[in-house]
Amino acid sequence: MHNGLNVTDLYIFVLAAFLGFKLISRIPSLLHTPLMAATNAISGISLIGAIAVAGENYDMVTNILAFIAVTCSTINVVGGFLITDRILKMFKKDNPKAK
Amino acid sequence: MSILQLCYLISAIFFILGIGSLSSPETARRGMNLASLGMLIAVLGTLFDHRVISYSWIFAGIILGTVLSIPISLWIPMTKIPQRISLSHAGGALAACLIGIAEYYRYHTSLTINSMGIVAIEVMLGALTFTGSLMVAAKLHGLLPGRPITYKGQNIVNISLFFLMVAMLIFITLNPKINMIFYILLSLSFLFGLFLVTPIGAADMPVVIAIFNSYGGLTGAVMGFMLGNRIQIITGALDGASGFILSILMCKAMNRSITNVLFGAFGKITEEIDKKVLHSNKHEPQTIDIDEALQFFEQAKTVIIAPGYGMAASQAHHALREFVDKLKTNGVSVKYAIHPVAGRMPGHMNVLLAEANVPYTDLFDMDEINPEFPHADIALVIGANDVTNPAARTVKSSPIYGRPILDVDKAKKVIVLKRSLNPGFSGVDNELFYTDHTWLLFGDAKDSLTKLAYSFKRVWGS
Repeated sequence: MHNGLNVTDLYIFVLAAFLGFKLISRIPSLLHTPLMAATNAISGISLIGAIAVAGENYDMVTNILAFIAVTCSTINVVGGFLITDRILKMFKKDNPKAK
Repeated sequence: MSILQLCYLISAIFFILGIGSLSSPETARRGMNLASLGMLIAVLGTLFDHRVISYSWIFAGIILGTVLSIPISLWIPMTKIPQRISLSHAGGALAACLIGIAEYYRYHTSLTINSMGIVAIEVMLGALTFTGSLMVAAKLHGLLPGRPITYKGQNIVNISLFFLMVAMLIFITLNPKINMIFYILLSLSFLFGLFLVTPIGAADMPVVIAIFNSYGGLTGAVMGFMLGNRIQIITGALDGASGFILSILMCKAMNRSITNVLFGAFGKITEEIDKKVLHSNKHEPQTIDIDEALQFFEQAKTVIIAPGYGMAASQAHHALREFVDKLKTNGVSVKYAIHPVAGRMPGHMNVLLAEANVPYTDLFDMDEINPEFPHADIALVIGANDVTNPAARTVKSSPIYGRPILDVDKAKKVIVLKRSLNPGFSGVDNELFYTDHTWLLFGDAKDSLTKLAYSFKRVWGS
């Protein structure tokens, strides 16, 4: 485990938050639902933290907790990217006479 | 710099490009593919990390998670997107919370004050986001009543619970070894999530989903602080910023503050005022049937459609598109007016209409479309209520006064598809229904639209 809060990490957080504000205020309300699905998928990055804990194989309790965490994060990653793509695929420009 | 760090750096860049690509529907899919590649790189890099010595639990979790993710992403109908998104907020928060517990369990005898504080915040935020999001999903799915559930002294209970939790957080940070306090704090956080959402009604969910999106992001960032994992800090910050911006946009669209949404219990308070407004209305609303509505549409040149949650509830979006196709092939100009809080989550209406093959170039934001209503021959309102109520502009005593609305009442004729005369979620009677140029077409929206589409063909087709 990492030893607590360090200043570089705080800088990274603050800068990334500013970047996030800039990027997200440019996204049209048309795409707000896919945006939520996408941030969901990306926040599944907690999978790598869960993998690190599960992989250390410390004892049964941490293994089971980490196993559930890996499962939940994988659902977010795989499911998140799949549903974002499914939603984005539906947005079409001109009236498609698909049928 | 290790190979692992390089992997994380690449995936951070891909994530940022992916989010940025969502600024236009044309670039969005490519950008998200890039983001998923970034995710793959990060995960593979971690799997090959030297600290990972055992794979059995990891692969079991990844396989189970992948299997479970298929039904909730590929098979779920688009009308259920809000509860599905809320469920994944719950899942993400639970993951972060459990990792926090695992770390505390393993290291609690040797934690410094600094890291204990981080673990405690992570576990608290994660736990309350988990139960809160589950409540949101249950309310949206109809497992729990969508109306606000309130009792006397509710705010006092919630606020004291919150301060108790903060006190315990500070205590456990100073005394990391006292197990008991940590687990009590954990349980209280689970409870607090439930209490927080109990008084909030279904129509306020766009705000609440966005807030939990933000909390979920923050939880991820705190987990990144704990594990010293910078990519988690970056994604957490992006996610948190996104949720925060969305919740502010939603609040603006309802002319309310975030505290008012969380502690206001909107629908409950307004019941008394609602009765006063009802009594002031002198005449009954005018109603029409399908044939009369058809005559209106036959004479119309421009039609603006204002959809609301009712369209999602009756799954009328496909029928609507059929009808609009008929109108368009007969030279009628049709546009859609989308209010930011129409539906149950940000962008809900856009997704449903996109699913029904409506081109996104026909969808317009409230600010873009409002000046066009005076030129429209017909404004067709489908299952939208509070977002079209002109009382928001004129009646100072109305609880929705000041809320930005779609100016449907300025169109030459207004046709409202509605199941019954029940007031909308806010409990406020809609003045629109009592104006001289508004007609109500009662019945299930999907039914009515199917009939309209069919009959319109009969009149014009031959």
